[in-house]
Amino acid sequence: MSTSTPIVNSANSTPEKRELTTKPRFSDKVFRGVATAGGLSSLVILGLILIFLGYQGFQVLRSEGIGFITGSNWQVVQDNAGNTDLEASTFGIAAMLVGTLLCAALAVSIAVPISVLCALYLTFYAPQFLKKMMVAIIDLMAAFPSILFGMWGFFILMPHVEYWAKLIHRYFSWIPLFKMEIPVYTRSPFVAGVVLAIMIIPIITSVSREIFSQTPLDRIQAAYALGATRWSMIRAVVIPYGKSGVVGGAMLGLGRAMGETVAVYTVLNLVYQINWHVLIGAGGNVASMILLKFGEAGPTETRALMAAGLVLFILTLIVNSIANAIVSRTGGKGR
Amino acid sequence: MINPNEDGNEDMETKSTPSSLSDVAKANQARKQPGSGALGVGLEARSIHAWFGDKLVLRDISLDFWSGTVTALIGPSGCGKSTFIRTLNRMHEFIPGAAMAGEVLLNGQDIYEQGTDVTKIRLKVGMVFQKPNPFPSMTIADNVLAGLKLAQLKSENKDDLLEECLERAGLWNEVKDRLNAYGGSLSGGQQQRLCIARSLAVRPEVLLMDEPCSALDPGSTLKIEETIQHLSSSMTIIIVTHNMQQAARVSDYTGFFLSDGGPGELVEVGPTSEIFSRPKDIRTENYVTGRFG
Repeated sequence: MSTSTPIVNSANSTPEKRELTTKPRFSDKVFRGVATAGGLSSLVILGLILIFLGYQGFQVLRSEGIGFITGSNWQVVQDNAGNTDLEASTFGIAAMLVGTLLCAALAVSIAVPISVLCALYLTFYAPQFLKKMMVAIIDLMAAFPSILFGMWGFFILMPHVEYWAKLIHRYFSWIPLFKMEIPVYTRSPFVAGVVLAIMIIPIITSVSREIFSQTPLDRIQAAYALGATRWSMIRAVVIPYGKSGVVGGAMLGLGRAMGETVAVYTVLNLVYQINWHVLIGAGGNVASMILLKFGEAGPTETRALMAAGLVLFILTLIVNSIANAIVSRTGGKGR
Repeated sequence: MINPNEDGNEDMETKSTPSSLSDVAKANQARKQPGSGALGVGLEARSIHAWFGDKLVLRDISLDFWSGTVTALIGPSGCGKSTFIRTLNRMHEFIPGAAMAGEVLLNGQDIYEQGTDVTKIRLKVGMVFQKPNPFPSMTIADNVLAGLKLAQLKSENKDDLLEECLERAGLWNEVKDRLNAYGGSLSGGQQQRLCIARSLAVRPEVLLMDEPCSALDPGSTLKIEETIQHLSSSMTIIIVTHNMQQAARVSDYTGFFLSDGGPGELVEVGPTSEIFSRPKDIRTENYVTGRFG
């Protein structure tokens, strides 16, 4: 102690803070450059798409104003020369937006419980060989072309859906969502929701399974050591731990469900009227509408479709940000 | 490590010389209330063998744990102490590939008997782990009462039970004003006592402690040792420890485990004071005198 006296600064001579720098090596600089380019490129591409859509859709958005997202009319008026008259035409995608949200919400609410149960089964109950096989199959399902889901929905699900829809209608028609005024059951948002649900189950399952399998072993053991059954252990330990991951997975699924085009196009009847009743065969979907109109659209209508794309883009962005906020708010506890 | 019941200068010596260790053990035994000792055999391990996969890690361990006593299991790392106590409440079988042979009798009943409800066994034989592991999503109060919920037990008066368990674990005074804070907000030592309180809430007959102080500072260790001594009058405690002073301070009986590269074996077991003063086996003597391990 006596040999080396520590340097003590008296209160009135606080030293300057030193600048802490390192000189990176050349190889490190190169790698940093490559990584930065990779990282920024996604941002740049996203920005360019946004600019392109905004540029293309600007004219239509300006002439329609707020009516573009509140109105439900899509009418192209052409003058005698065959040119589209922007003033006389109306473009409104409210019905499509509502339909998009409705189908996606329906899909997520069907898919989440199934996916969570599936993930719990795979993580805590399934025998090893079955687990490996199922994980492979589920991952394969996630990479399945969506048109195949659409065809399945069209050929297999649709003939049966009337029965299910009638059943739901009989017992749940007191819920406004399941009201049925026109007895048209096929090509309803319900069918589209089920098809989308099956499409997004693999994503949500795989994200949930990942987070469940990371549950700290010492907490699992603590629960068992207190006489927990497997189910009560899952409820007390695994679900609080994995909750935020499940929400994250659900949001990935929601994003995919909102952007899905072809599968929905195959099974949904697009009608330009806001319809909240999921069982009626009339719905909307922004992406499918763009697909439907794109082939025959003239230059002005194409611009309107670009604007619709921009709105869908922004909607997806908003939904994802809300989801992120939810995840970061619920994420802290239980981890 | 400071023991409040010893003189200061003797403490310094307990770290090195075996004669002082045995003194500590003797002093500890003398402090025990008469009548709180052997009430009959509570837990008996009969010829326990354990495997991980094909590897035999424990060979032929037979040990009796008397009700109302503290038994310390000592031995170098990897000698199977932890594996052994995990066979006593059937936590061993959670490790993939784990197998065992032999019998564990709790009040004369084999806990490995076919058709036994494992969750009931674990209620009677509680466990405290090496690393404090409170449930972070639960408040302090919920943590203590977690066992009731997990095992679907009913409790008449939860508030009394909560206070009683925290009191017995020596934590009540520190947390009584913040029972609704999250378990993770406590210090490491407090978390470990919270885990002890949590184990007590389901009223186990036996408490297994797997190196409960190895992640804690000396002050917290001391508090937990006091807790162990309070508890030992009402339940059977089995504690795995690497700390020989701790074994000498808190235990009535000590078992010495050793593995010579192969499966772990029980070299010697006896009253703690004897293990530290006149061990029968030369290997025990070498270990407790600090010549190896």
